[in-house]
Amino acid sequence: MSGNGQASDDDLRALARRLRSHSLRMISQAKTSHIGSCLSVADILAVMYGRILRVDPKRPDWPDRDRLIMSKGHAAAITYAAVAEAGFMKEERLGEYARNGGQLYGHVTHVGVPGIEFSSGSLGHGLPVGAGMALTAKRAGKGWRVFVVMSDGECDEGSNWEAILFSGHHQLDNLTIVIDYNKIQSLDFVDKTLRLEPLADKLRAFGWSVREVDGHSVGELGRALTSLPLESGKPNAIVAHTVKGKGVSWMEGKVLWHYRPPTPEELVTALAEVEAS
Amino acid sequence: MRTAFIQALNELADNDDRVCLIVGDLGYSVIEDFANRHPDQFVNAGVSEQNMIGLAAGMALSGKIVFTYSIGNFGTLRCLEQIRNDVCYHRANVKVVAVGGGLAYGNLGVTHHASEDVAIMRALPNMTVVAPGDPVEARLATRAVVAHDGPCYLRLGKAGEPVVHTKEPEFELGRAVTVRDGSDVALIASGGMLATSDKVARSLAGQGLGVRLLSMHTVKPIDREAIARAATETRYVFTLEEHSVDGGLGGAVAEIMAELEPGHAPLKRIGLRPEFNKTVGDQNYLKALHGLDEETVLKTIQQIITRSYGRVG
Repeated sequence: MSGNGQASDDDLRALARRLRSHSLRMISQAKTSHIGSCLSVADILAVMYGRILRVDPKRPDWPDRDRLIMSKGHAAAITYAAVAEAGFMKEERLGEYARNGGQLYGHVTHVGVPGIEFSSGSLGHGLPVGAGMALTAKRAGKGWRVFVVMSDGECDEGSNWEAILFSGHHQLDNLTIVIDYNKIQSLDFVDKTLRLEPLADKLRAFGWSVREVDGHSVGELGRALTSLPLESGKPNAIVAHTVKGKGVSWMEGKVLWHYRPPTPEELVTALAEVEAS
Repeated sequence: MRTAFIQALNELADNDDRVCLIVGDLGYSVIEDFANRHPDQFVNAGVSEQNMIGLAAGMALSGKIVFTYSIGNFGTLRCLEQIRNDVCYHRANVKVVAVGGGLAYGNLGVTHHASEDVAIMRALPNMTVVAPGDPVEARLATRAVVAHDGPCYLRLGKAGEPVVHTKEPEFELGRAVTVRDGSDVALIASGGMLATSDKVARSLAGQGLGVRLLSMHTVKPIDREAIARAATETRYVFTLEEHSVDGGLGGAVAEIMAELEPGHAPLKRIGLRPEFNKTVGDQNYLKALHGLDEETVLKTIQQIITRSYGRVG
């Protein structure tokens, strides 16, 4: 169920487990990259689709729906899994992921995929678009909200800082970014590539209200995301501290799993770990 | 053209609150009236073109008809991937407007010379590319892109372009306007070269030549039928544009003509040499260096016709 305010923390944890299992299967079968990025964002997406988003799977184009833009488009497998679990499409369509003739591309794609708000894959695109949506809702006095899920590596993109400056200036408190801060980007650790710290202070200096949470605690995520706006007149940033590859012990915190797909044998042990968690 | 555009946009915005304008901190003495009349339909994105296009896409995907406004390259090349992915891929109803098409900002520098924009915008799927030829066409094109649901690129000149159309022509995106008809040579013009082409056409006609002048205001989707007719009903086709000869109007016409059945007229592309200017000059000065002034264009055409068919006329 999507936007089910009644979902318990246990329900959300169960959803997160299913999202991790779907992603592992999809990525292993399709032999694609980015399992680590999917696993780190699993709890965030479980809370968003399981509790926060006001959307209607029967009416994906409902004008008053909340919008979620998955700006870290490389975490596509788990995004498709999340919209399938939310009821936007049948679960068997997940088999189309990165498969010849299917419609579920290896980066988040809206064409032919109900529930996907916006196609991404090149980083730094989601937030400006989300800001445009939030500005439109605000000017029209509409109550729908905009959420943009971003990666930490994506914060290197200048376009994001243009939009962060803009959204602070225009007081878009109906706009929320959730940064999946898993500390690892494409080639190396964030700290060794382009240091983001102090990230929360940077965002505050741009006029945003910031809450730092454990991005694997559905309770903490849920509390932050049900307290919006964190401050009236300020856009919201949830800096979610996460672990790349979270849920599979031997994938956690390793650059390798930004790229390598699990082999069929590795899939079995990974699924067992996730399901036992 | 700027004035004709903004006046038309103001009128459209009066009657349709979906019509919005986002500027990239440019448009001094042009956009103020719109901003005052339609504060809720206006945004200054600041000096941030990537964000400007992303915002426009987000607004358009929320039901707005969004014009972005900047100088030639800034609003197109700086944010090219945003135009490709956010606007074109999502078929967002965004109208990218560039002022200073070609060499309109001649002496400001090469950064301000928009000489490849049409080629690049034309390559994008779902994009309609319009380069009106005079203030009358600029007004009609502004209305037409609002009526068209989907991404458009509207390439304008600057200020003070002469009016070519003494009465309002029938204007349809993708359909060339026949300014004059004839069957010896065809001149196909886009953007600000329409006025020069019109004068050249008059001179050639005065020498007894039957001249067909087409205003190809829409470079994409281009009017294939009009090009095919020009190539088969006249003896030489010339394209004229204030844009690189590579990939713009001339490139588009060449693509169509290359795939026609054998036996059609040859083509000469008249436009900017595909290189960066090295000499300071205003628009007219630089155009003359590229052979785009009236006198040189006339001479070029006369020489080609004489060489190919004997004397002119």
